[in-house]
Amino acid sequence: MQGKRVYMDNAASTRMDEKVLEAMEPYLFEKYSVATSEFGHSMGIEAKEGLEEARKSIAKRLGAAPGEMIFTSGSAESSNLAIKGVMEANKGHLIVSDIEDFAVLHTARTLEKAGYEVSYLPVDEEGFVDPDELVDTIRDDTVLVSIQHANQEIGTIQDISALAGICDEAEVLFHTDATHTFTRVPLDVEKIPVDLVTLSAHTIHGPKGIGALYVREGTPLKKQMEGGFQEFDMRGGLENIPGAVGFSKAVELVAEDENRRLKELRDMIIDRVQEEIPDTTLNGSREQRLPQNANITFHYVEGESITLHLDMRGIAVSTGSACFSRSLEASHVIMGIGGDHERAHGSVRFSLGRFNTEEEVNYVVDNIKEVVKRLREISPLGKE
Amino acid sequence: MGMPYSEKVIEYFKNPKNVGKIEDADGKAKEGSPACGDMVQVYIKVDKETQTITDIKFESYGCASNIATGSIITEMAKGKTIEEAKQITWQDAADELGGLPPVKAHCSVLAIDGLRAAIQNYEEKHGLLKDQKPTTVEIVEDRLKRVMNPMTGLDVIKTDLIHDISVEDGVVTIYVDLDEDHQFANAIKEDIKEKIEPLWDVQRVEVHFGE
Repeated sequence: MQGKRVYMDNAASTRMDEKVLEAMEPYLFEKYSVATSEFGHSMGIEAKEGLEEARKSIAKRLGAAPGEMIFTSGSAESSNLAIKGVMEANKGHLIVSDIEDFAVLHTARTLEKAGYEVSYLPVDEEGFVDPDELVDTIRDDTVLVSIQHANQEIGTIQDISALAGICDEAEVLFHTDATHTFTRVPLDVEKIPVDLVTLSAHTIHGPKGIGALYVREGTPLKKQMEGGFQEFDMRGGLENIPGAVGFSKAVELVAEDENRRLKELRDMIIDRVQEEIPDTTLNGSREQRLPQNANITFHYVEGESITLHLDMRGIAVSTGSACFSRSLEASHVIMGIGGDHERAHGSVRFSLGRFNTEEEVNYVVDNIKEVVKRLREISPLGKE
Repeated sequence: MGMPYSEKVIEYFKNPKNVGKIEDADGKAKEGSPACGDMVQVYIKVDKETQTITDIKFESYGCASNIATGSIITEMAKGKTIEEAKQITWQDAADELGGLPPVKAHCSVLAIDGLRAAIQNYEEKHGLLKDQKPTTVEIVEDRLKRVMNPMTGLDVIKTDLIHDISVEDGVVTIYVDLDEDHQFANAIKEDIKEKIEPLWDVQRVEVHFGE
């Protein structure tokens, strides 16, 4: 299949939906003004209306009030603001899980360097945090717990209701990174006592460079980005109104049957690989798993070799192999679930999006089958 | 920005030469890197009269650079005497491949190590090895010339990354001129340990960072 391109790295970023661009366009070419107060010029008021409509609709999807939603440049900034903002406003002890995204993990390390005490919660072999262990780790001076809703690499969905409930009871603030779950896995802040939620647009076919942080009313938070009084004086800098409008449209476009369809495609990948390719391991939970994520270790072969071969066949996926990473370190997530270097070395993440089809899934599995077979012929491992 | 690999690397990666085992090999060795996770196994047949490598094969559990380097060195070593083959460096292999990305140096150095280890295995089996010498700072330094600095693709000695080395009672302590939070600090540390720990009289390797 010459020239064929199949993109299955949607957890890294997605293709923006045309409908999102359509929604954004007026805010780039007509209503491009800065958002002003109601006493400003009418073009500013028009822009402001677009921003507030977007805020309202995104907040609604999360069960939040519009005033609890701060727009940011994306999930990294949201998590930075959530964690540094809360810790600097309160001082005390912080708890995060071992398999968080770097935006959370590196923020925690920076705070640790600055003198804050941080505890890192281990996870079990499927990537779950043990609620009992959280109970035991919470101290009198614990201020904040940050545990992701679902994992970026292995797709494991935490029992967020139990974890948030524990924190609520202990009167500790709870932040969750919902970058990979927002609109894909239900989360309602009216029912679940989370205090801060990191959200992102580019993972759901929205624009890059826009995200949001949900902050429950009354949560003490120290502003991190100085500038004007934008975003309830919580984030200075000109508002990204086209981005916010695009984000809101992207949220609106994710429907329940899309998530069901992604789940079917995901299961096709997992089932076909497990049936047709020997010596594989599914990373993460089979049941509590993101509808758009499959992560599989192909033993005896290396991930960068797999992804490079697939790339030459027009397929984009990613791997947790050290050879692929910017720091030459194996995936901290796969290592965190008790995997060894070998498990990370041959791991491949397939992450699905709106534009993937059943035909593409079959094309990818057919090709990975061939590639793994070829690489195993070269490998010294796995042979008798 | 295009593909980081040369056409030749891609060609050898797609169609590696001399892949497989030699059942009755005269020398064989497995070299592995926990830092990268890569592993390479090299098999050689040697003509006892001329000490020439008559056949050589390799297997790789590694990334593209590892596979391509493994393939090219088998071609380079074939027909050479073991003394000549020992002189093949990572740089020779990289040049032959039309260059390798610096960050991938340590994956490909492994293939060179595999070849040298296979020759050493042959020498050991045939009583050609000299007596084992106690580890000195010089020996450590020599070994560190096979630890690559991922920022430059040159070794850590040449790029002045090693601040100090001490060898005392089987404990080798190495001071690296790099912040401990540096992007590559862990990768370099694991690579250093992997190269020094196998020395016969070394019990422990300590790596310290700090500028």
